[in-house]
Amino acid sequence: MKQAIELARETFLTSTGLSDQHLEQVFSHLLRQDTTLADLYFQSARYESWGLEEGIIKSGSYSIEQGVGVRAVCGEQTGFAYSGEISLPALLESARAASAISRAGQSGSVNAWKVNAPSRALYGMDDPLASLSESDKIAFLQQIDSIARATSPYVQQVMANMVAVHEIILIVDESGRMTADVRPLVRTNVSVIVERNGQTESATAGGGGRFNLDFFTNGNKAQEYAEEAVRKALINLDAEAAPAGSMTVVLGNGWPGVLLHEAIGHGLEGDFNRKGTSAFAGRIGEQVAAKGITVVDDGTLSQRRGSLSVDDEGTETQCTTLIEDGILKGYLFDRQNAALMNTRSTGNGRRQSYAHLPMPRMTNTYMQAGNYAAEEIIASVDKGIYAVNFSGGQVDITSGKFVFSASEAYVIENGKLGKPLKNATLIGNGPDVLTRVSMVGNDLQLDTGIGVCGKDGQSVPVGVGQPTLRVDGLTVGGTATA
Amino acid sequence: MIELENRFDTATEFQAMAERVLEAAKAKGATAAELDIDKGTGLSVEVRMGQVDKLQYHRDQGINITVYFGHRKGFASTGDFSRQAVEDTLDAACRIARYTSEDEFNGLADPEQMATVFPKLDLYHPWELDAEMAVEMALQAESVAREHDQRITNSEGASVDSYAGLSLYANSHEFMGIRHSTRHSLSCAVVAQDGDSMQRDYWYSVSRVPGYLDSADTVGAEAAQRALRRLHARSLSTREAPVLFSPQMARGLMGSLVGAISGGSQYRKASFLLNSLGQQVFPEFVHLYEDPFIRQGLGSRSYDGEGVATRQRDIVKDGVIQDYFLGSYSARKLGMKSTGSASGASNLLLADTGVSFVDLLQQMGTGLLVTELIGHGINSITGDYSRGAVGYWVEDGMIVHPVEEVTIAGNLKDMFRGIVGIGDDVDERGSIRTGSVLIDKMTIAGQ
Repeated sequence: MKQAIELARETFLTSTGLSDQHLEQVFSHLLRQDTTLADLYFQSARYESWGLEEGIIKSGSYSIEQGVGVRAVCGEQTGFAYSGEISLPALLESARAASAISRAGQSGSVNAWKVNAPSRALYGMDDPLASLSESDKIAFLQQIDSIARATSPYVQQVMANMVAVHEIILIVDESGRMTADVRPLVRTNVSVIVERNGQTESATAGGGGRFNLDFFTNGNKAQEYAEEAVRKALINLDAEAAPAGSMTVVLGNGWPGVLLHEAIGHGLEGDFNRKGTSAFAGRIGEQVAAKGITVVDDGTLSQRRGSLSVDDEGTETQCTTLIEDGILKGYLFDRQNAALMNTRSTGNGRRQSYAHLPMPRMTNTYMQAGNYAAEEIIASVDKGIYAVNFSGGQVDITSGKFVFSASEAYVIENGKLGKPLKNATLIGNGPDVLTRVSMVGNDLQLDTGIGVCGKDGQSVPVGVGQPTLRVDGLTVGGTATA
Repeated sequence: MIELENRFDTATEFQAMAERVLEAAKAKGATAAELDIDKGTGLSVEVRMGQVDKLQYHRDQGINITVYFGHRKGFASTGDFSRQAVEDTLDAACRIARYTSEDEFNGLADPEQMATVFPKLDLYHPWELDAEMAVEMALQAESVAREHDQRITNSEGASVDSYAGLSLYANSHEFMGIRHSTRHSLSCAVVAQDGDSMQRDYWYSVSRVPGYLDSADTVGAEAAQRALRRLHARSLSTREAPVLFSPQMARGLMGSLVGAISGGSQYRKASFLLNSLGQQVFPEFVHLYEDPFIRQGLGSRSYDGEGVATRQRDIVKDGVIQDYFLGSYSARKLGMKSTGSASGASNLLLADTGVSFVDLLQQMGTGLLVTELIGHGINSITGDYSRGAVGYWVEDGMIVHPVEEVTIAGNLKDMFRGIVGIGDDVDERGSIRTGSVLIDKMTIAGQ
């Protein structure tokens, strides 16, 4: 089997007529006396998606995105240009534009190339688009539709889609290091609308990761996702108004880890901390969570949606400890921010595409398990809510205030689960929310592979996870004030 | 100067490319086809703490092709304009169409609805700008903000952006439309600090015409004032109170309305305003008008993404829903006609009720003025609304203190019915133009 580097060189260099000498020429235009970092990011991504609605395949699409981004960094300053065309003239033009960030004279070139091969492969190189026949892809979506409709007579609409992406990446940097990565990414989403006695509700379910599409068919995911979406939607039909005010909240395991992503993760990204605009800036070594709590960002989990063998700057990913036993330990870095803070990249330099600049981003962010059984945690609460599913969140990095919206939640009364509650937003303060965690479950789970994180207009796939948690005092934004 | 080089030649090339694709699609057996081709160029400059932070040159292009074989549809796109790549993309679209289902509602928009007159919208105003000028302007905005008050201790920077684009849409009804447009902006974000309190806020100006941008001094000063005003914000106890949405936040309320009365959510029965045509959704004084022909408007267009002529129309009159936002597919599903909304709403104007922002504060008396909302807590099917809010607590029409870490919750149906005033403090920076909106009662959750 071909190595990633061979496939990447063939895709971006051989087939476009670019030689190593041409790359040298590009770098000689790009590098100045004060350049601290520079890279060329070649990307070719093929996307395919199929969408089912009303029992039929309503949409299908295929697209190719290909190009090269050229970056020159001088300390804090970045020059960037990109082109959808991969050719010497286009590269030279981009290099000249990007190098305008520096006023220093031209200096040096790169003439010794070395291949940087990641020490471990976290996912296969196969093209996921071709991993299932078109008729099997369609049959899978139809199966979702029929299972969802068979699950409940109240199901009115079923929308399901399947997306596969195959990306080839080549990063060439100022040291002559060439890093390639071939990345598969697949995802299936199911969304259902149910109606009962004139009342309508909806819910979604799904999953995915960095593997082939047969993950869905072999694992009987049609049934799992369809039944899960219908289950959640039916529960919402019975939901009562959520309470308003501060109360004890038990968060379920898995996807509710979006709490960590918003409350902690973003605030620990290196750019905000280098600039001092994060509520966490300058707080390394301080207690920001209850004792016993450990939170990591781990890009090295095999086949996870948020995982990468190497980040988008060619740095091998790692498992970075953010909080250890309640103490703030570290930030997430890309190359530029690491250099400016005299440390090393943590392999978190990520970008949406060749047309975007890299910045520090999360991979898979989760909390390590504790000792309590989930039942014990719920039983410990006299009055509160149990929130098990969420529909995303947002954070104000500077004030530290974050929200995340519960899409499945229940009343807890006298240690017992009660009626389901309507969707409500929960709001808290990032730097102190984890100090209010009084119990950590033994049931760590990661999400099913559906996370998308947005920052500065750039979207990247991520993962989250956590065990069941009890938080004493989180504001629940319902409508019931009594 | 940020301008598309030889834009008229490029337009001619695009026309030829479109004709080639449409012909080739026909040759491959497609019964209908449509495509759009886009190209743009731009410069963005960001400065931070008095020096250049980022200098970015944008150069984007793409072609999207949709083919129909009877009632089956296929779509493909690429950024590569080589003959081979475009041909491959067409083939990919045709391949996709082999697997999608027959859907009798699929197809191009009706030929008699194609735009035939193209009012001058005046959307193209390239900026005589180079990187140095852009840097200077951004530096000015940031330094005004930082020097505004000694509590402005940090900055997320200021930026200047300029973009010029060309886009063509064509279909096999022999419709072809070409649009040249520009968009320029200036923004600034700073951090204020006082004791333990640290707050960030921003301001921006955007226009299709460089000369109409607010000055760097105005943008910088406003950003600083907004960050300072938020210092020492605190939560509230849980309560019910009237809520005044600032013009920027009121825009989101109208966005929720557009989503709810759009074809997709109507035919899927996934709207809290299902079958609301002719229904009283707002109080009688509410009037919302769509005007796609505003010269230099950010949402202006004479045809939509299917070539359908847009028109000026009432969306809400006397509080009653007058018309939906329909593309051809959802229109057919609903047994109606496209409203020229395949690309969403154009410019929307919410009429004021003859009151100023200060009048609205007085009218509210005691309540919450909301200036920022975070999170996605809107259920578009039930209308349930619950979001994180930042703003000011108001008593007797006077701002008392800044507020954070609260949520506001209610149901959009009640919120729409509960509008009691619309200010004349219209924010014209977006395609939805509205002043502040006062809602009689919502639940505020806090500590």
